[in-house]
Amino acid sequence: MDVRHGIRAEGLVKRFGRTTALDGVDLAVRPGTVLGLLGPNGAGKTTAVRIFATLLRPDAGRVEVAGHDVVRSADQVRALIGLTGQYAAVDQDLTGVENLMLIARLLDLRRADARRRADELLGRFGLADVAGRVVKTYSGGMRRRLDLAASLVNRPEVLFLDEPTTGLDPRSRGEVWQLVRAMVADGTTVLLTTQYLDEADRLADEIVVLDRGKVVAAGSPAELKAKVGGRTLDIRATEPTDLPAVAALVEASVGVAPVPHPDDPGLLSVPVPDADALPTVVRALHDGGIPVTELALRLASLDEVFLALTGHGTGEES
Amino acid sequence: MATVASVPSTSSGSPLRRRRPARTLRHAGILAGRAILKIRRDPQQLIDVTLSPIIFVTMFVLLFGGAISGGATDGGDRRDYLLFVLPGIMAQAIVLASMGTGINLATDITRGIFDRFRSLPIARSSPLTGLILGDVVRQLVALAVVILYGVLLGFRFRTGVLAVLAGCGLIMLFSFALGWIWAYLGLLVRSPQGVQGTVFLVAFPLTFASNIFVPAGTLPGWLQGWVAVNPVSQLADTARGLMVGGPVAGALWPTLAWIAGIVLVFGPLAVLRYRRST
Repeated sequence: MDVRHGIRAEGLVKRFGRTTALDGVDLAVRPGTVLGLLGPNGAGKTTAVRIFATLLRPDAGRVEVAGHDVVRSADQVRALIGLTGQYAAVDQDLTGVENLMLIARLLDLRRADARRRADELLGRFGLADVAGRVVKTYSGGMRRRLDLAASLVNRPEVLFLDEPTTGLDPRSRGEVWQLVRAMVADGTTVLLTTQYLDEADRLADEIVVLDRGKVVAAGSPAELKAKVGGRTLDIRATEPTDLPAVAALVEASVGVAPVPHPDDPGLLSVPVPDADALPTVVRALHDGGIPVTELALRLASLDEVFLALTGHGTGEES
Repeated sequence: MATVASVPSTSSGSPLRRRRPARTLRHAGILAGRAILKIRRDPQQLIDVTLSPIIFVTMFVLLFGGAISGGATDGGDRRDYLLFVLPGIMAQAIVLASMGTGINLATDITRGIFDRFRSLPIARSSPLTGLILGDVVRQLVALAVVILYGVLLGFRFRTGVLAVLAGCGLIMLFSFALGWIWAYLGLLVRSPQGVQGTVFLVAFPLTFASNIFVPAGTLPGWLQGWVAVNPVSQLADTARGLMVGGPVAGALWPTLAWIAGIVLVFGPLAVLRYRRST
């Protein structure tokens, strides 16, 4: 194959009226790898996916998917891609097997072949038991899996997953992740948008962070974590009443005030430049006679990286 | 994988099959089949197209028919009115039933199904044509209900089988043309509720400000002007001629011209809008 990139975008610009949704985006995805496109709501992730999937035309820049230009050779691109959006784009009034057969027939498979392909996918996605049931009666996770199956009928080379697990319970999320890993193992190139940092951390080989239509960072999850702030030190005092004393000691040793963890106020975190901070803090705590139950040095989480890169969290823009 | 042979090869550089009209038409047929499957899954979808013609025939023939036909007390005038009004109500029933196309399209858009179709390597017109053709079943049901109920009330065709079939065919052809207007509105407005309101704004002047229910001569002058050019008036006149007798040619050509005009204008508009829609 002469395809050197699964997806390649250069100087991609898209405007809607006076808002610029994408402001000169460059990215490249090697075949058979997963790119996580990360960013808050309104960062331009969905717009980018819609351009890559030929649903929107760019205002400027070049995009190639599976070696074809998305504007000039849109039909070739469409034959080689699969798309799963934020909501399950399947017909709720039809059964699972009818939905997949509809897609297969539109891809010019004969009826018997379409049926075989539909059954094969339903089996692979754990939907064989509900194949004859109307989609309306499916659970959210089952619908999402059917949607994913519908985007695989044509055995795509490049798969776009636009927030594939938004609104799913943890178990269904895990199932979707497993399916994505299996597709990548089969050689599919995947572009995944997500607001969940752990999702990008677990699935993506490379991450591109988008904010207000611009790429603010790119690299592997480890590179991104190393690039920003380096390490984080977590400390938990044995006695909750010692917390202020611990905070004061830590600030005196590393020069930065630690902050309580948002979900766990008993745990203090502080960014540190390097591993040398650990013995300094240990010594200070020992000298102060304050017992701690937890003291750990780790790479910054993607949440912390994200905050550092964009100046705001992953939720709604403040 | 075992079944690879049955699937069009995706990775080889082989040139994509050219878009032949037959292939486009087949895709439209497959998508029209989707609408028929949905009716089979949920026959309740047919309630509105079944009930609304019954309501209109009842209202205009039994309730207003006596008064419209001159306030006579005997049933004879009412029967004359039935002969006059029923072909028009057939046209009206089809116009109202065809509005579902716009609403279905907007529903598909909000549910993301149209994005799925747009990301497939099929012609841009296929999903729209499929939707419009798929609605033919609902319209045929509406047409059958009007005819059956009319016959029950005493309506009789007074021409030949061929003429009656031609009349029904013309009405269906007209609804196919209207389907492109509804599709365009569906793409423009996008929310199913919004479309419902908008299509009524178009459908009501088309069907009520026409000569379906009363002869144009009884209307105020300014309204007569509209009624004379209203394509539904032309359609109702043609249908009357073909089903109960009377002149046909005078209204047939304007009707056919309207059908061609609507398809030629709104077909490309809808496809263009569909292609550009975000």
